[in-house]
Amino acid sequence: MYAWIWSHLPGPTAVRVLVAVLLVAVVVAVLFLFVFPWLEQVLPFGDVTVDALAGNNSVP
Amino acid sequence: MSVSRRTRSIARVAADVLITVGALVLLFAVYQLWWTNVQAARATASARTDIVASWEAATSPVVTVSPPADAGSASGSESGSSEAPVPDTPETQAVPPIGKGFALMSIPRLADSVWEMPVIQGVSADELAKGIGHYPDTALPGQIGNFATAAHRATNGEPFKDFDRLKKGDRVVVETQDGWFVYELEKDKIVLPSDTWVIDPVPGDPGAIPTEALITLTTCNPRWASYERWIWWGTLVETRDRTQGPPAELAERGEA
Repeated sequence: MYAWIWSHLPGPTAVRVLVAVLLVAVVVAVLFLFVFPWLEQVLPFGDVTVDALAGNNSVP
Repeated sequence: MSVSRRTRSIARVAADVLITVGALVLLFAVYQLWWTNVQAARATASARTDIVASWEAATSPVVTVSPPADAGSASGSESGSSEAPVPDTPETQAVPPIGKGFALMSIPRLADSVWEMPVIQGVSADELAKGIGHYPDTALPGQIGNFATAAHRATNGEPFKDFDRLKKGDRVVVETQDGWFVYELEKDKIVLPSDTWVIDPVPGDPGAIPTEALITLTTCNPRWASYERWIWWGTLVETRDRTQGPPAELAERGEA
């Protein structure tokens, strides 16, 4: 996959490196802003409250 | 000893998958251990500013001339109704809406992490990311009943990261618009997440009419998991209004 992406990036090596770094930055931003905040709610690591409605309200 | 093309391509795909999974796990750890704390620090500072600003806005027009000390009754809250605005007693505080910060909590023992920490109405993720959450249906600071709170012990600002250092006798100071409420911690217990009795007005005695002003702190246990809850209870030992100034406990920062 990564090899395929690399081979399809345009331009000389310097440009390819730049585009690759940008792609990684975009992926990391999507993960931090959308995917991980959602994942955090689903995982139980941060549950700190006693909860009568276990599973009903979100109380990490 | 030549490896077939097919084997090579399978190995290549497997390698990409492993690299990707490893990077995702690593990034999630970075997110949890670093980024949530960065964001919480910002949210906490902003919530603290809002709380202090709301207190100033609410108190500025009030005339704070103290009435001449007439032969008052022992309890200062029973002053005459014709007097100029009497400061709210704990029992008459308005219940804040969910998401609103209304108090600041300081624990000298945990001064590194719990010092003028915003207390936010509500205990869902949004509130807990700003500071300490207050169980909405429980008593407010100083009120008879149980002022029950929750906070993260790991990630998202982790105000209660040193929860294990608390000891019997430690003080918890809760500042509201009206003054300061000093609680003394008395006992702790590790319970299950379903043990909601811990935040009852009289913990362990459902339906009982409360006669004491209690505080409850709840957080997760163990710190990096959460299949249990660690609870500390305390009782109100001192109340100070604005004219009396902050309690001695608030001068202890740095000694903890």
